[in-house]
Amino acid sequence: MRPARFFLHAALVLGVIVSIFPFYWMIVMATNDTSAIYQFPPKVTFGGQLLVNLDKVFERVNFFAAMGNTIVVASCTTLLVLFFDSLAAFTFAKFDFPGRRVLFGLLIGIFMLPAQLSLIPQFVIMSKIGWVGELQALIVPAAANAFGIFWMRQYIASAVPDELLDAARLDGCHFFRQYWHVALPTVRPGLAFLGIYTFVMAWNDYVWPLVVLVNPDQLTLQVALSQLNRSYGQDYSMIMAGALLAVLPLVVVFVLFARNFIADAVKGAVRG
Amino acid sequence: MAVRLTPVRRPPEAADRVPPRRAAGRRRVLAHWPQYLAISPFYLLFAVFGLFPVLFSLFLAFQRWDGLGPMQYVGLDQFRFLLEDSTFWLSMRNTFVIWFLSTIPMLFLALVIAAMLNSSVRFTGFYRVAYFIPNVTSLVAMAIFFGSVFSTNFGLVNAFLRGLGLGTVPWLTDPLGMKIAVAAVITWQWTGYNAIIYLAGMQTIPTELYEAARIDGAGPVQIFFRITVPMLRPIILFTVIVSTVTGMQTFTEPQVLFGTNTTLNPNTGGPAQGALTMVLYFYHQAFDNRNFGYGAAIAWLVFVVIMLFVAINWRIVRRRER
Repeated sequence: MRPARFFLHAALVLGVIVSIFPFYWMIVMATNDTSAIYQFPPKVTFGGQLLVNLDKVFERVNFFAAMGNTIVVASCTTLLVLFFDSLAAFTFAKFDFPGRRVLFGLLIGIFMLPAQLSLIPQFVIMSKIGWVGELQALIVPAAANAFGIFWMRQYIASAVPDELLDAARLDGCHFFRQYWHVALPTVRPGLAFLGIYTFVMAWNDYVWPLVVLVNPDQLTLQVALSQLNRSYGQDYSMIMAGALLAVLPLVVVFVLFARNFIADAVKGAVRG
Repeated sequence: MAVRLTPVRRPPEAADRVPPRRAAGRRRVLAHWPQYLAISPFYLLFAVFGLFPVLFSLFLAFQRWDGLGPMQYVGLDQFRFLLEDSTFWLSMRNTFVIWFLSTIPMLFLALVIAAMLNSSVRFTGFYRVAYFIPNVTSLVAMAIFFGSVFSTNFGLVNAFLRGLGLGTVPWLTDPLGMKIAVAAVITWQWTGYNAIIYLAGMQTIPTELYEAARIDGAGPVQIFFRITVPMLRPIILFTVIVSTVTGMQTFTEPQVLFGTNTTLNPNTGGPAQGALTMVLYFYHQAFDNRNFGYGAAIAWLVFVVIMLFVAINWRIVRRRER
């Protein structure tokens, strides 16, 4: 039995190396200069060129503006999604009203619509209302989504006891106070998952920002990174320094919250 | 009065069985105004940025429009042209090849990793985090990274091949090599995610089943194929559907790696358009060429292709059940 265990862990560790390796190699590239990467065999240890490479990134794109835009978009989207999705989810989970089944069924159908079907008209709408190039074009359409309502409904249905809501109502709490004072405090772990999930999705979003952010001074990180790659793609060290900055914040957030996050992410999939 | 204003709250399952009372319908609707208000933000946003755009794009598919001038009704011309557009069919072939090259290894490896994680009790928490990390990293950054790794002259893959004394492969200019590079990004990003979903499914399989099989003398491989895989079928179906829907819409990886500057090069999708996917072609027609009508027609055909392929995969996975 012992050698079998050993090979099992050896195979698993090999998988871990494959999944972590790109980060290691990104750091190698970002901390050396490109000529060190270009030689054969390539250099495989960290160098001391990170700041030089970062300087080159900042010279070529307005990186801090892009980072700031991404933080604004991801934060605003997350706050709005948390509020609107949990409120709607609470309603679907704990109240009966005419049309509830139809409206909730519609929600699941909306899941299935591929994004590119609505991409052109969305762009047309944005240009009609003058939002092309503006950050609100990213935030407002994403302020509530079907996945979040669907996932939170499952969570609230089991996490918020009916007795608690009954007691609140006997005390004279109307609907919105039941949501705010009773439901929200009980579902904090669920909100944490939905918040991280939304933030990660908004941070990494690419297609829609690529379409709607037409002003080169007003980009998100992903679009700025892609443009940097298009213009200076041969300078691996420089581009990897930029990529590292775009990836690192999320990886840190993820590792900090990972345990609960993975369990919750799987819950949604296995039940759905 | 007070009774009517109180929301009728029941567990959802029980509520589903309650027949609607038509008599008090209107008043019941009015009495529930806070609930409708609470769910309205999503439906309003969906109406403006979801439903209306979908209908409008269907309308657009019968027009010729550059987004600025007047629209011109052209009937079925866009679709007629699309069916004869060899570039679209090329993009469809490319998409399917990339889907196949990424989904098959991805789901197979995920199953194997999940089975290994399920049998090893120690460090599972660490493994789960490590395997999940690729899924939260930026697709753009990773596409750029894999581009550098697959680079013909200076990439790590070719350096490795040279180190072994083998010849180098022009990954980013050869039509198949390009697809392999794109598929590698997708496989790297989604294998761990699927493995962890499978693992969660495996943990719900009763251990008595395994014990009974072991007593009957079944080996680990037999147990895997005779018990684990059949018991996981609903979850495998879920992952197949999800990877079909997302795989048919592959865009970011080929766009970052091969979406050339259109002012210099009228084509997109790299040399010989070897990595032109359906959605990349849609994007190119709609937003590089400003053919909004043609773009809308492509988007609808892609939608039909996705639905058909999902239905086919659904039947394949379900049929094996019997």
